[in-house]
Amino acid sequence: MSAWRGYAVVGLGSGLGSLSRHQLGVWLATPGFPWATLAVNLLGSALIALFAAWAAHREHGRVARWQPFLVAGFCGGFTTFSLFGLETLALMGQGRAAAALGYVALSLVAWLGAAWAGDHAGRRQAARRP
Amino acid sequence: MPEWLAVLVGGTLGGMGRLALGNLVGRRLGSHLPWGTLAVNVSGALAMGLLAAALGLPGDPLGEVTPSTTWALLGAGLLGGYTTVSSFSLQTLSLWQQGRATAAAGYVSATLLAGLAALALGAWLGGGLP
Repeated sequence: MSAWRGYAVVGLGSGLGSLSRHQLGVWLATPGFPWATLAVNLLGSALIALFAAWAAHREHGRVARWQPFLVAGFCGGFTTFSLFGLETLALMGQGRAAAALGYVALSLVAWLGAAWAGDHAGRRQAARRP
Repeated sequence: MPEWLAVLVGGTLGGMGRLALGNLVGRRLGSHLPWGTLAVNVSGALAMGLLAAALGLPGDPLGEVTPSTTWALLGAGLLGGYTTVSSFSLQTLSLWQQGRATAAAGYVSATLLAGLAALALGAWLGGGLP
């Protein structure tokens, strides 16, 4: 894949991922605690690990071919670290230090737990199906 | 510009920027540790702090989002799509699975501490969060 085509594919995936994140944020808007970003980052972490595990087992499969679009593109743009940080800082600014700390701790557990679960599911499925 | 288009355009450019910086840093520092993603997330957090200080919090990032094309383009789109949690989660899992628990813990700590510090620094340089 040429460099420019690579950028175009990753860019398009990232744009669509960002749009999906934004739309979910509008639907799941919960005043008081950033559940929407937490859900998006959890889902994206599970998906990226699922895709990566699947593509590693099936190097010539569809997921492997679409990996730049799905992984660096969609999952990369869907999840966000900067909004997570901004929300944490905003909670601190409201004097809600416990909520900020809870958000960080909960996020970390959710991100890594989701990646582990996605990896596990991807390996199992890829090994099972012919 | 409609809000959805601003997010799509911003997210596309953000994903391309993430790929470019990730490749550049990866070439310079190697892939032993995920320096590229760390550099992306810390620089994106710094920029998000500056942006939030300049624009004010986007309505309220914890709740009702006021429609603003600038925020949709630069915040939800560009910086939201530039930074990423999914790659961070996958890389941490991968370090852990390689038996590199110290590297995994160091990567998590560095991302959280440097990311949140960079965001606070950006907000401070921009005159503080409203």
